[in-house]
Amino acid sequence: MKYIIYFIIGFGLWLLLTLSTNLDHIIAGIIVVFLGTILFGGYFTDKPQKFLQPHRLFWLIIYIPVFIWYMIKANLDVAYRTLHPQRPLKPGIVKIKTILKSDTAKVFLANSITLTPGTMTVDIDGDYLYIHWIYVQDTDIDAASKIIARPFERFLRRIFD
Amino acid sequence: MILMLIVLFFSALLCLYRIQQGPTIPDRAVGVDIMGTIFVNITALTAIFYNLPYLMDLAIIIALFSFIGTLALSKYLEKRSLDD
Amino acid sequence: MISPVGWIIIWIGILFNLLGTVGLVRFPDIYNRLQTSTKCVTLGSFGLMIGIFLLHGFSQTGIKALICGAFLLLTNPVGAHALMKGSLHYGIKLWKESIVDRYGTEKLGGEQIEEKS
Repeated sequence: MKYIIYFIIGFGLWLLLTLSTNLDHIIAGIIVVFLGTILFGGYFTDKPQKFLQPHRLFWLIIYIPVFIWYMIKANLDVAYRTLHPQRPLKPGIVKIKTILKSDTAKVFLANSITLTPGTMTVDIDGDYLYIHWIYVQDTDIDAASKIIARPFERFLRRIFD
Repeated sequence: MILMLIVLFFSALLCLYRIQQGPTIPDRAVGVDIMGTIFVNITALTAIFYNLPYLMDLAIIIALFSFIGTLALSKYLEKRSLDD
Repeated sequence: MISPVGWIIIWIGILFNLLGTVGLVRFPDIYNRLQTSTKCVTLGSFGLMIGIFLLHGFSQTGIKALICGAFLLLTNPVGAHALMKGSLHYGIKLWKESIVDRYGTEKLGGEQIEEKS
């Protein structure tokens, strides 16, 4: 079942990339996507049909503007630190705890943290994440988790868990 | 219009400064990674200035190879083999 | 109508790219450099690709620009994680005014912070 879904997604991507309905292109695409699905399908998540449920897609669509807003805020923050003559920095590596369970959700949480204000994921170890923070406000695990991870966990829990 | 390319090439020049100056090997690796992304932007802009759609394919391929190169460099820095 | 918006977004993207590389030159150690340059260059490239998509619409160039932007948005943070973990294991120390290093105390045996001279 999951191989069929991967095949459809890959073939859609091929059609977008070539953007032609020539018969040669379609036959070459079917062969290439089939080989790719057989060889690399095992590395991805086990239940892709879970992500096609309507309420998950709805929360995903809500999440994208929120994420872009946080990204723009992050960039203005970094711009302020770059152009300030004294470079207001107080860096450090802190540890936070996440409430997310599945691996896909953790990967998306790590990517979101990297692209948002002043924080960047170093490593994941079970339920704990190590974060490099450009201006450390709190070194305690719970307080740091509340500042860094809570805004995304509310959405990601509904999308991926 | 040509001003955009000048600004982007100036960014690439700053990356080159970091690659030449960086005191350690990871500093140079960061410079190479960022310079790859800047070159993706330059290729995409060239594609729309001179109306050459096939340069867009080239931009995607440069992005791919830049990513793979960064991963290989970081594996080397971590002193591990490439297959784990 | 849509064309000036596209050009403005492309300009914003290019200025963020420039800002990211200025941060790459100005900041004191590799971790701070990685932070600023990854964030700014990712948003800059994504903005530039969105601008190209707005200029060209659903043509061959526009759709490829959109795919390229999504690809950069997904892969740039992953490359940054890998480089950061690699340089920690390589033995690069944090900047001398860092205040805490949980990763060093728990995984590498001792805080990896430069001594103040």
